[in-house]
Amino acid sequence: MQKILIQNGSIVFEDSIQKADLLLENGKIMQIDSKIIAKNADVIDATNKFIFPAFIDIHTHLREPGYTRKEDIASGSLAAVKGGFSQVCCMPNTSPVCDNPTIVYYIKNRAKEVNLCKVHPIGAVTSSLNGQKLTEVGKMKELGVVAISDDGRPVENAAMMANAMQYAANFGLKVLSHCEDSSLAKGGSVNEGTNATKIGVKGIPKVAEEIMIARDILLAEYYNLPIHICHVSTKTGVQLIREAKLRGVQVTCESCPHYFILTDDCILSLNANAKVNPPIREEEDRIAIINGIIDGTIDCIVTDHAPHHEEEKNCAFDLAAFGISGLETSFALSYTHLVKTNKISLSKLGSLMSTTPAKILNLEGGNLGVGAVADITIVDLNKKFVIDSQKFLSKGKNTPFNGMEVYGVVAYTIVNGEVKYKGE
Amino acid sequence: MLSKDLLGISLLEKEDIIEILKLAKAMKKDVVAKKVDDSILKNRILATLFYENSTRTRVSFELAGQHLGAKTVTIVAATSSIQKGESLLDNGYTLDALGADFIVLRHSIAGASHILARATQASVINGGDGANEHPTQALLDALTMQEYFNTFQDLKVTIMGDIKHSRVAKSNIYLLNKMGAKVTIFAPNTLLPRGIEALGVKVAKTKEEALQGANVVMGLRIQLERMEAGLYPSFSEYNKYFGVCVDDLKFADTKAIVLHPGPVNRNVELTSNVIDGEQSQIYNQVTSGIAVRMAVLKLLKAGKN
Repeated sequence: MQKILIQNGSIVFEDSIQKADLLLENGKIMQIDSKIIAKNADVIDATNKFIFPAFIDIHTHLREPGYTRKEDIASGSLAAVKGGFSQVCCMPNTSPVCDNPTIVYYIKNRAKEVNLCKVHPIGAVTSSLNGQKLTEVGKMKELGVVAISDDGRPVENAAMMANAMQYAANFGLKVLSHCEDSSLAKGGSVNEGTNATKIGVKGIPKVAEEIMIARDILLAEYYNLPIHICHVSTKTGVQLIREAKLRGVQVTCESCPHYFILTDDCILSLNANAKVNPPIREEEDRIAIINGIIDGTIDCIVTDHAPHHEEEKNCAFDLAAFGISGLETSFALSYTHLVKTNKISLSKLGSLMSTTPAKILNLEGGNLGVGAVADITIVDLNKKFVIDSQKFLSKGKNTPFNGMEVYGVVAYTIVNGEVKYKGE
Repeated sequence: MLSKDLLGISLLEKEDIIEILKLAKAMKKDVVAKKVDDSILKNRILATLFYENSTRTRVSFELAGQHLGAKTVTIVAATSSIQKGESLLDNGYTLDALGADFIVLRHSIAGASHILARATQASVINGGDGANEHPTQALLDALTMQEYFNTFQDLKVTIMGDIKHSRVAKSNIYLLNKMGAKVTIFAPNTLLPRGIEALGVKVAKTKEEALQGANVVMGLRIQLERMEAGLYPSFSEYNKYFGVCVDDLKFADTKAIVLHPGPVNRNVELTSNVIDGEQSQIYNQVTSGIAVRMAVLKLLKAGKN
């Protein structure tokens, strides 16, 4: 196995940034020192670059098996490493649904063949995501699922959610909850509000999300079990979680760049690339998400990478698919809008995109200590670029950020001590 | 000393249990030797009133009564006035009028036997009421354990299965705690009732932990309808993570015995080679059942006199 020496970079630790060299060998970080001399090592010059624990996305849609015109494990893995991700956790809403050990086995093995980033399947909570029948969580865990979720749809029945949380706990797994009350959200495409009214498109009320966040928090509290809330998008949602954490409820949550950068003004151009579930909300929500990130209410940033074929997006809002292709823009967007604007530190961003997601799902990685797995992302923070979805390696070119100028280009993504991506 | 009825183990004193088991031990010998004194319940009437399906318990009570010389009558839901809407109490008054001395009641609602007992002259024996109690099952389990271990003191009994909906688990927990045994339970979290720890059991986190050093391994039946309600995903997954196979028994004491109240789902709660294995006392439990019920009938008769 190759030996890699990373020289002259600035290492982003959880509590500080230090200039030092790193030596990687046998898939591990062997040495960190101010100056390392190593024979027979491939040298990466990281002068003026920053070294992060490689990013970990715990909310990705890779679409394989079944929807490979949108994305497949190979194209999604390429997009992941280009975005600086060494690990992605893929949601089960494929076809067939990842609700049984056979599909888990397929995804793990296909990812091994592709051999770029680590792919961790997330198993379905209920068979066919239909909310009726609990899946074989134990068998799926043995084959590699790291959590269970019916993401894309809520677990509507509270008793089923309670069962899932309790049963998953037998196997040390968490439920990742897509919070949406279908009776309130049904038929909507965008945030319910003035802008939805202006364009005449049916809205999804914020309360549809908040009512389920509240329910799941109460379930977690009653059963004294963990719950992870997916893609928080509203001010009240953040507040519910903040209050729950203060009470000691085992709740964690995530948000995505589009919720802390954009507002639903972006729907006024009637471009369905801004259609995502939950929908992009209003300015007060955007601010609340940022404040939640700053005060730790929001534990991590995920992409909710949801690639679609152009035909599924180049249509009216009502008909378009929900989702944003996010793996290749997440870091630069987060860096530009959170760190460059002095809202959070670079170390905090490293935690949000690597250390904390690893902790939430109990994954290896997310830290840069001697002996840790050599999953490393090297970034040029001074380099700016204009987001151009036609250059995405993902099959999904659907993004509302096209044309936006951002800072932070991934120079290298190293997985298990091997370079899996090298920027231009 | 037993009074008019036997409604639950929770209502018994340790001395009552010892007395029943002592008599049952003797009765079991007589049953096996086919030398039962059939004058004990001569001219007495035993009615079994079953609102839920059961073959084993009903036949066991009827045989117990017959061995002791009682006349037995059977009222099952499908063939009686129960289907015409006659209430539990109406049935009780009718059975009293028919001269029943004992009524064995099986009902899906917890507390049904208490309601009946308050209304009837006849002695009521709870043959299982909802998720409340099934006292004679716990007594026959205890008789079987006692044969092997003599004492209950510090006996490690592991109960695995649907604890949440189980009257058998409850009656066993009450009995074993009164007798000084140590009860460990194990089930998917979805099949554990809230607050069970306070009944004096240890809740194991893993199958290995549950079985470690167990003297008695008791499986409980898993109902298909619980799967349909989303409490566990499949029989095969249940068996793999929560059931007992021969390899799992290696964690238990080498002299451990295996019990199950029946009917067993083969290869769900217990694999076939466990059910049919050397450590299994499942059919011995059935014989213990007749003896325990004979003892209870005799003591209840004495209690009323």
